[in-house]
Amino acid sequence: MSTTTLPPGEKTDPRSAPEKKAGISDRSRSERKLGWLLAGPAFVVMLAVTAYPIAQAIYESLFSYRLTDPANRSFTGLTNYWVILTDPIWWQAIWVTVFITVVTVAVELVLGFGLAMVMAKALSSIRPVVRAAILIPYAVITVVSAFAWQFAFDINTGFVNSWFAWIPGVTADTDWFGDRWQSLLVICLAEIWKTTPFISLLLLAGLAQVPEVLQEAAKVDGASWWQRLWRVTIPNMKAAIMVALLFRSLDAFRVFDSIFIMTGGANGTESVSFLAYRQTIARLEIGLGSAVSVLLFLVVVLIAFTFIKAFKVDLASTRGE
Amino acid sequence: MGAAASLVAVATLSACGSDSGSDSTLTWYTNPDSGGQAEIAARCTEAADGAYTIETAQLPRESSQQREQLIRRLAAEDDSIDLMSLDPPYIPEFAQAGFLAPVPEDVAERVTEDVVQSAIDGSTWDDELVAVPFWANTQLLWYKQSAAEAAGLDMDEPVTWAQLVAAAEEQGTQIAAQGIRAEALTVWTNALIEGAGGSIIEETAPDPEDIELGLRSEAAVAAAEAMQAVATVGGPAFSTAGEDANVTDFEEGDAAFMVNWPFVWPRALSAVEAGTLDASVPEDYGWARYPRTVEGEESRPPYGGINIGIGAFSRNTDLAYEAAECIVSEENQTYYFLTNGNPAAKASVYDDPEVLEEFPQAPLIRESLEAAAPRPQTVYYSEVSGALQRVYHPASSVEPGQTGATAAELINAVLAGEELL
Repeated sequence: MSTTTLPPGEKTDPRSAPEKKAGISDRSRSERKLGWLLAGPAFVVMLAVTAYPIAQAIYESLFSYRLTDPANRSFTGLTNYWVILTDPIWWQAIWVTVFITVVTVAVELVLGFGLAMVMAKALSSIRPVVRAAILIPYAVITVVSAFAWQFAFDINTGFVNSWFAWIPGVTADTDWFGDRWQSLLVICLAEIWKTTPFISLLLLAGLAQVPEVLQEAAKVDGASWWQRLWRVTIPNMKAAIMVALLFRSLDAFRVFDSIFIMTGGANGTESVSFLAYRQTIARLEIGLGSAVSVLLFLVVVLIAFTFIKAFKVDLASTRGE
Repeated sequence: MGAAASLVAVATLSACGSDSGSDSTLTWYTNPDSGGQAEIAARCTEAADGAYTIETAQLPRESSQQREQLIRRLAAEDDSIDLMSLDPPYIPEFAQAGFLAPVPEDVAERVTEDVVQSAIDGSTWDDELVAVPFWANTQLLWYKQSAAEAAGLDMDEPVTWAQLVAAAEEQGTQIAAQGIRAEALTVWTNALIEGAGGSIIEETAPDPEDIELGLRSEAAVAAAEAMQAVATVGGPAFSTAGEDANVTDFEEGDAAFMVNWPFVWPRALSAVEAGTLDASVPEDYGWARYPRTVEGEESRPPYGGINIGIGAFSRNTDLAYEAAECIVSEENQTYYFLTNGNPAAKASVYDDPEVLEEFPQAPLIRESLEAAAPRPQTVYYSEVSGALQRVYHPASSVEPGQTGATAAELINAVLAGEELL
């Protein structure tokens, strides 16, 4: 007589299935709890250092309030916003900021892509050196970089005028910071030098995600280097490019340090951040300054929203999810 | 987790609240210098013989940033601020906001004795002395003797800006003045308008609506004319030239005439000592009273320097005033003048033989300080100065009949909260 016995494991199966399900659910619940416990403090800190000041700025932007005269603080509704939006200075600052953002981000994208390719393709023996060399400007503090560029272009202390006198328009008497477009050129150059490494780092991560097998398949099909770049590499790293563009655009729109150091806002080179600084810190007009900051915040939100919606940037995709 | 967070918060807060010293420790917020104020603090601490100890804390380099830092701390009622080195134009704002402890009458009497008039004016708001005059600065007309001689200028007589412009054109040289969009431009604009008998603010008041501007006056037109003319011989970098760039131009020979503070002299001498400047350069230096804006009207040189304010929230204002009196003693002012090149507010210091030997310009500095005109005294100085800089920069674009009125309109609109700056 033969007895068919189920192995012990299988015997318990009918009962163990729901038990297992309940077990996963428990674990999942406790994991979720642990997740909140671990991330909670950071979340609270984030709320305290970002949401709270934003809320306070919005609240204070509705008042006429001078720091040295708190007794005369009065509610003025949206007057501050009206004053700002009807002032040509605001619009000039907006256009200057847009100009700097567009020029620097466009140039940085092209340069950054080139540098990312160099970093990706460099001989493995010199790769660490190449990467370190490319990243050095990004490690320099913006204020220090602004001073360095200012000294280089300064008519008295700078070397640019004597080194580049062969370029038409550059003479020993060229005062780079005495004219709007020349000042903006130097400001843009400093920004580009400083932040191209950031874009190239993001693009390098994108480059690494392009499957080698696709490249090889294209090569076998006889695609030229140029065709592979446009048809294989770039389409496959679209997400990385868009994220790099988004991050840099948001960053570039807040440009402040270089302008503060190089021109102090002279010759129509004021950016929106500079305008906010001047009202809040120099004039101590907390209400008006907060309103400028809130408007700056809204523009930044608008840029982020446009990128995410219009260009369908999927922030998660760069994490490989 | 929450407990840990609150622990961190408590630790941080208590770190903020605690003070490094006892009640007899005074903190003096100083502007950066060549170490003179720290030395004076040490000397006064020693002289106090345990009654108080002065510690110094350094403020940012630019006076506007010094103001920003101090005013934000005082708005938060920071009681660690006992003594402050204040740039005079910002004093009314501090005083009006109630950030300065009232000066006791007997102290006011002692610290204004034998002090040049401009330094007393610069420490006064609403007819009350609100700060203690420490050192007083003014600008001189510096020139190259060889160039002045070649141009046939008699520098023993007062000269006008127009004469200097003509001389510079004739000699193919430049005039170094502060055309940069910064506080220095306000200093120059103010001296030009005051020199023509006008004032940027004719009637000051705590309420912005009651402030009367003098920017549409004939004096303001004369000042704009002088400014425009100087810009034509100001060199290629005139619109970005501040005091330091001016001295470089003057030392290098690009400019033969310059208006600047007295630091020019010790700077040239130490450059000669260091071997970076030829000894013949300072030998050719000449100095005269600040140029006249219009012929026949005495010039009103700029007034600068530092006065000592006592924080209203200090826990020991009596000791702080005691310390301030020590800081501004004749002995310390003489020391500061000799070692750091910052001219004294006390007139008697200018008779000191050592001072006269080191600074042959001392009698002229004293004369200039007696005639100097402070910048507009108003609670809203930052706005007034910022608006002037916006409209009067670059000096080459100034239009004598128009610029003053534009500046006045802007200042009025900014003070009324109708425009940004």
